[in-house]
Amino acid sequence: MSVEARPHGGIGESIKRKEDGRFLRGRGNYLDDIVLPGMLHMAIVRSPHAHARILGVDTAEASAMPGVVAVVTGELMALHKLAWMPTLSGDTQAVLATDKVRFQGQEVAAVVATSKYAAEDAAALVQVDYEVLPPITGPQQAKADGAPLIRDDKEGQTDNHIYHWESGDQAATEAAFARADKVVRLSTHYPRSHPSPLETCGILADVNSATGKATLYMTSQAPHAIRTVFALVAGLPEQNIRVISPDIGGGFGNKVPVYPGYVVATAASLLIGRPVKWVEDRTENLISTGFARDFHMTGELALTNDGQMLALRVSLDSDNGAFFADAQPSKFKAGLFHIVTGSYDLPAAHVSADGWYTNKAPGGVAYRCSFRVTEASYLIERLVTNAAIELGIDQAEIRLKNFVPKDAFPYHSATGWIYDSGDYEGAMNVALEQVGYAELKREQAEKRARGEFMGIGIASFTEVVGAGPGKDFDILGLRMFDSAELRVHPTGKAILKLGVKSQGQGHETTFAQIVAEELGIPAYDVAVEEGDTDNTPYGLGTYASRSTPTAGAATAVISRKLRDKARKLAAHLLEAAEEDLVWERGRFFVRGTPERAKTIQDVAFAAYTNLPDGMEPGLEGVHYYDPPNMTYPFGTYAVVVDVDRGTGVIKVRRVVAVDDCGVRINPMIVEAQIHGGLTEGWGIAFIEQITFDEDGNCIGSNFMDYLLPTAWETPKFETFATVTPSPHHPLGAKGVGESATVGSPAAYVNAVIDALAPLGVRNLDMPVTSDKVWAALRSAGVTE
Amino acid sequence: MNVTITINGEERGGDVEPRVLLVDFIRTNLAMTGTHIGCDTSSCGACTVLLDGEPVKSCTQLAVQVDGRSITTVEGLANGAELDPIQVGFHEEHGLQCGFCTPGMMLVCRALLDTNPEPTEEEIRWAISGNICRCTGYMNIVKAVQHAAKLRAGAAAEVAS
Repeated sequence: MSVEARPHGGIGESIKRKEDGRFLRGRGNYLDDIVLPGMLHMAIVRSPHAHARILGVDTAEASAMPGVVAVVTGELMALHKLAWMPTLSGDTQAVLATDKVRFQGQEVAAVVATSKYAAEDAAALVQVDYEVLPPITGPQQAKADGAPLIRDDKEGQTDNHIYHWESGDQAATEAAFARADKVVRLSTHYPRSHPSPLETCGILADVNSATGKATLYMTSQAPHAIRTVFALVAGLPEQNIRVISPDIGGGFGNKVPVYPGYVVATAASLLIGRPVKWVEDRTENLISTGFARDFHMTGELALTNDGQMLALRVSLDSDNGAFFADAQPSKFKAGLFHIVTGSYDLPAAHVSADGWYTNKAPGGVAYRCSFRVTEASYLIERLVTNAAIELGIDQAEIRLKNFVPKDAFPYHSATGWIYDSGDYEGAMNVALEQVGYAELKREQAEKRARGEFMGIGIASFTEVVGAGPGKDFDILGLRMFDSAELRVHPTGKAILKLGVKSQGQGHETTFAQIVAEELGIPAYDVAVEEGDTDNTPYGLGTYASRSTPTAGAATAVISRKLRDKARKLAAHLLEAAEEDLVWERGRFFVRGTPERAKTIQDVAFAAYTNLPDGMEPGLEGVHYYDPPNMTYPFGTYAVVVDVDRGTGVIKVRRVVAVDDCGVRINPMIVEAQIHGGLTEGWGIAFIEQITFDEDGNCIGSNFMDYLLPTAWETPKFETFATVTPSPHHPLGAKGVGESATVGSPAAYVNAVIDALAPLGVRNLDMPVTSDKVWAALRSAGVTE
Repeated sequence: MNVTITINGEERGGDVEPRVLLVDFIRTNLAMTGTHIGCDTSSCGACTVLLDGEPVKSCTQLAVQVDGRSITTVEGLANGAELDPIQVGFHEEHGLQCGFCTPGMMLVCRALLDTNPEPTEEEIRWAISGNICRCTGYMNIVKAVQHAAKLRAGAAAEVAS
């Protein structure tokens, strides 16, 4: 980390991360590290039942405990009109339950005390009297005649149905199915999983009773949007709310929503007049905060006998839990699932989705995914491989035959998307070459002849990331743009302030590199600040791979605007005409006489010391970027597995990942994002699942029951790139943080299905555990 | 109860309830926040510290259990401005993203290299298998340990010559 010989750090350079130093020294500043004078600690009392009526809450014993300052109940919150709050999907959610509890782990009361231990002790003494009601643990139960009504709090709600949503052309789709030679059908459950960032969620609420200013330190991926939501929920004047997201220990979508604990801690600080900290423990995180997926999907693909795709038809039931709290753009009830035609030139498609209340935790966050794109990509990629198996066509060949061709972009999909750019064949060809596909196919044939089970899985995903444009994508009406404010100091150093918020993605490096490229100030001379709503421009935050498509674009645009002003200043300093100046990264020189030059640092100094008459001083500016379209990253993943015929144990032998996210700003960071996504994708495919028993008890409530990949079982990855720039992004970049979580589960599962295809196996629901494989082998008579 | 420990070479003490976890003692009583809490079940390793040189999960030790013993936390890895080779390795090989698992990871890796200066990839993966990282997919952590091993070997060769 020497300061000597630092690289410039422009676009395409794998410079080392600027933010590493504090983390390496244990000097990161995460939420739970913050301590304020007089700070109190909060613990939440949660429901042990999935569905029960609350008959009474007795706080006497808890209140009498040493160190306890207050016990907050739903009744108290109701007095302040805060017992319920709006969700990001336009529903309501109980902050502290007053009438019923609707999932196990639901917030019922909270204890505020002088220490974490005292708060936990007292929380255990709050007595809640319940009348247990029958629980609903899935959509089939939710839609059954006579099913218990979960949301009896909602006027006019007579069943457990939340929404019906459709996309595409049903008539055209039916017509195509009527003339198909072959229809391939797949019903599968994309199981409930949990993002589980290593740092749990939390808040430190500090409401100053003298000034009325509420400073809310939160683990939030979207601090500005949260500030506005708080203003609307709590009725606080927005200028009196300051949200500060400090260093965040991973997010993966889990830290987008507003959770009840945030509201209770803020109310407690307001009422008590002291700072109140609440940090979840791991069980609270797993059982009550934003889960992901839980889609029961049936997809049908209509084809000709030679493998030409004619149409796609999908119906699905979404298990949304007790409150419809999906964090997603308001206009799309099933997120962006209708990207489900994926990489294929499908003439017709129709999607029908229904959401259901169940007695499970609410959330529906996108676990490292752009709003349900993961479910969509999984379904189409599984269907395509199954179609190849059914038709006896190679799974690479059927994809190559049906890809949206390179010259068809911008491509209008059957469900209304306009894909910006792509070269699907190019990525596929790199993957096939790198994995050694032809040789693998030969090896597989030999092994099959010997009765061994080897599989090759392919998935060629297309994502849709980087929301907005704001006219189509909003959250509670807030348009999904993002922002960058760039201030160049007199000495030629700069600070860049963004509306997004890193949770480990390396923004302090990547966004400084954009300034380094566009304004010529070395990346290590550009500080990047995020997360403090009083000191950064408004933006919608970091999730759904949107930071580079939105804030990255904003950074490029504002850098170019400042460069335009810098040109005027340079012309003044060089006594030359603006049009005679040539820009070379970091300096302007007079055309034909390169020695007559001024560096960007010279110009920055002049902006404060030596201006032409009438020019506004300073070299600063802000830009709010509303993207004209989404970006559509893509790629092909190829996975090779060996399945043990006796035990069903799956060994992932190879993972070849070819990603095309357009122009890569820092290839080292991009590649590491892909590593992380391939690992989380492996976890989802093989081990991760939040399960419930028939009483609605969550039995994935800790890291011994909810399994995450460790270094021991995580495969090694071979990563490759193709580069197809986005035509509408100022830098040609697309988002990348989630590509591998979106694309890889289908590749892993396709490999297992391919291995077992000779036995007639066409589906195993994720997580594809060895016992499921063993059961399939056993029922085929392969093993006993 | 009174507890006295040597932490990063400095003797520190405090009066704690017998039930107080070592991780809470370090974070709250000693105000050293580099040691993190990621789960409650000894599963994730974010709270890993070295106890007399051996990695332990400080959420599964009581403060009173380590009375009189010596602890190294992430704050004790660097020698002033000079980073430990394992810290250099994590930086150079991009072995960290959000940084939350990083202190525990680095301490486990440092303990590995102290006992096994040239570990194989398999030995590294086994050594860190009690520590969860949600960001990196572990490949760059493996490279970071290999990088540190080379730096340590280079430094040792320099001393020997």
